[in-house]
Amino acid sequence: MSDLKGDVIEAIQEFFREVAANNPTWNFIFFYEATQWNKVVSGLWMTVQLSVVCVLFSLVIGVVGAGLQGAKSAVLRAIVAGYIQFFRNTPPFVQLLFFYFALGQFTPTYSPDGWLEIPIISNVGWAIISLSFFAGAFNVEIFRAGVEAVPKSTQEAAESLGYTRLQIYGHIVFPLALRVSIPALNNNLVNLVKTTTQAFVIAVPELLYQSVTIWNDYPSAQYPMMTFLFFAYLALVGVVVVGMNNWERAMRIPGYGG
Amino acid sequence: MSDSNVAAAAGSWTPEQPIVSLKEVRKSFGDLEVLKGITFDVMKGEVICIIGPSGSGKSTLIRCINALNPIDSGSIRVEGQEVHDAHLDKLALRKKVGMVFQQYNLFPHKTAIQNVMMAPVQVLKQDKAEVEARARKLIAKVRLEGKEESYPGELSGGQQQRVAIARSLAMNPDIMLFDEVTAALDPETVKEVLVTIKELAQDGMTCMLVTHEMGFAREVADHIYFTDRGVIVEHGPPATFFSEAKDPRTQEFLGQIL
Ligand SMILES: Nc1ncnc2c1ncn2[C@@H]1O[C@H](COP(=O)(O)OP(=O)(O)OP(=O)(O)O)[C@@H](O)[C@H]1O
Ligand SMILES: [Mg+2]
Repeated sequence: MSDLKGDVIEAIQEFFREVAANNPTWNFIFFYEATQWNKVVSGLWMTVQLSVVCVLFSLVIGVVGAGLQGAKSAVLRAIVAGYIQFFRNTPPFVQLLFFYFALGQFTPTYSPDGWLEIPIISNVGWAIISLSFFAGAFNVEIFRAGVEAVPKSTQEAAESLGYTRLQIYGHIVFPLALRVSIPALNNNLVNLVKTTTQAFVIAVPELLYQSVTIWNDYPSAQYPMMTFLFFAYLALVGVVVVGMNNWERAMRIPGYGG
Repeated sequence: MSDSNVAAAAGSWTPEQPIVSLKEVRKSFGDLEVLKGITFDVMKGEVICIIGPSGSGKSTLIRCINALNPIDSGSIRVEGQEVHDAHLDKLALRKKVGMVFQQYNLFPHKTAIQNVMMAPVQVLKQDKAEVEARARKLIAKVRLEGKEESYPGELSGGQQQRVAIARSLAMNPDIMLFDEVTAALDPETVKEVLVTIKELAQDGMTCMLVTHEMGFAREVADHIYFTDRGVIVEHGPPATFFSEAKDPRTQEFLGQIL
């Protein structure tokens, strides 16, 4: 069995070696050289991790932010509104640079060996923070629209059954708002996965970053690498879309909505 | 009367005293005074109907009784508990008072049985199995056996309204408020809801209804109140109310509606 698998891999590597030999600009080096392949795999893994973590954080930010927009305190509401304006109206590329270089200077460092000064928030950490807040700003707006779509009268019915404000948000408003929000959320999360490529600018070793290092070392691999990038993101985004669609279907209520 | 007031003030309500007692209740929305000094008592087990032209403040009045709308001055006591009180224990009040709305206001993401079970489980923290047994009985009581697992969107208006009644009853209230609960229904389904309410009244539930169904009011009400522009113009038991209305406003209204 494992022999067969080995044989197949061998054959594939042989095939791409031949392609490279015959076409100098189509060197799929990462398909036959282990070092390059490992770069691709680690880049892909970093992209997946970055996407998953940022999606989760951005959802939490969205839910909390939308909740705070309904808060009694005008100061809290103003803070949320300011946050949304800032992150929605500036490029995520600039946000990443700003977080890493401007705020990064002020982060405390630690020194494991007495020589190196390592900041407690790495570039990956800053990418997670920056991208989560970027996508979170949109999620707040998306959830807020969902919350506003829940009829006041439904909330009053809950109130007359003794529910508190918080219970109403948790048991009634949020579950209904979420369903309304899924299509818009779908778009935003797709966008977030694509935007992880911009973490490149602060040298986060995600898929684009690793690809560029490969084609810098092997210019003949540039076209193949770019082609591979397209397919890799199509696949990643495809997983998100399929997942979101399944979720939407699972959440659908018979006789309610579209 | 004065005896009962003293007792009520002391918080020791007994069933011989009015279960709901309104005194000089006033309520404005901005410049618009909607309730201009409403005073009346309801005894335990009584069924009262409130009728009157659109905009006369019927809904507002009924919503003030379970504190969905705060009042500006006067007093509303429910089983001796003052509703017009900054430190009102809302949960205690809402355990005593059930409310059914014109638009049903069911929770669309929950099945019929879940709608009935939610508040006792989530608000009163009652045992789920025990609540479920009670909910099934209530569903049967409103003649909806077999519809337990249907979502509101899969039920007719009349069926939804009966689920809403069962949902309120699940909290074991002492008083039920109905605000034009048949106004959104087509004529054939009005009857099934009215039958349910009539059975409740016959079981001894204290009911306060806002309604345009004069035949129904005549049949089930112990007392009828006619409101116009925020005051009670005229009231009496149905036998005399319909035949001996003295005020021209009442006569005009009855003339239009009968
Ligand atoms: N939340 C509110 N804010 C401002 N005005 C209100 C509000 N609720 C009711 N009103 C006004 O108070 C008046 C009485 O309204 P209410 O709903 O109590 O009348 P109603 O007797 O129930 O009428 P209908 O038979 O049409 O239901 C109306 O003029 C209405 O516009
Ligand atoms: Mg009304």
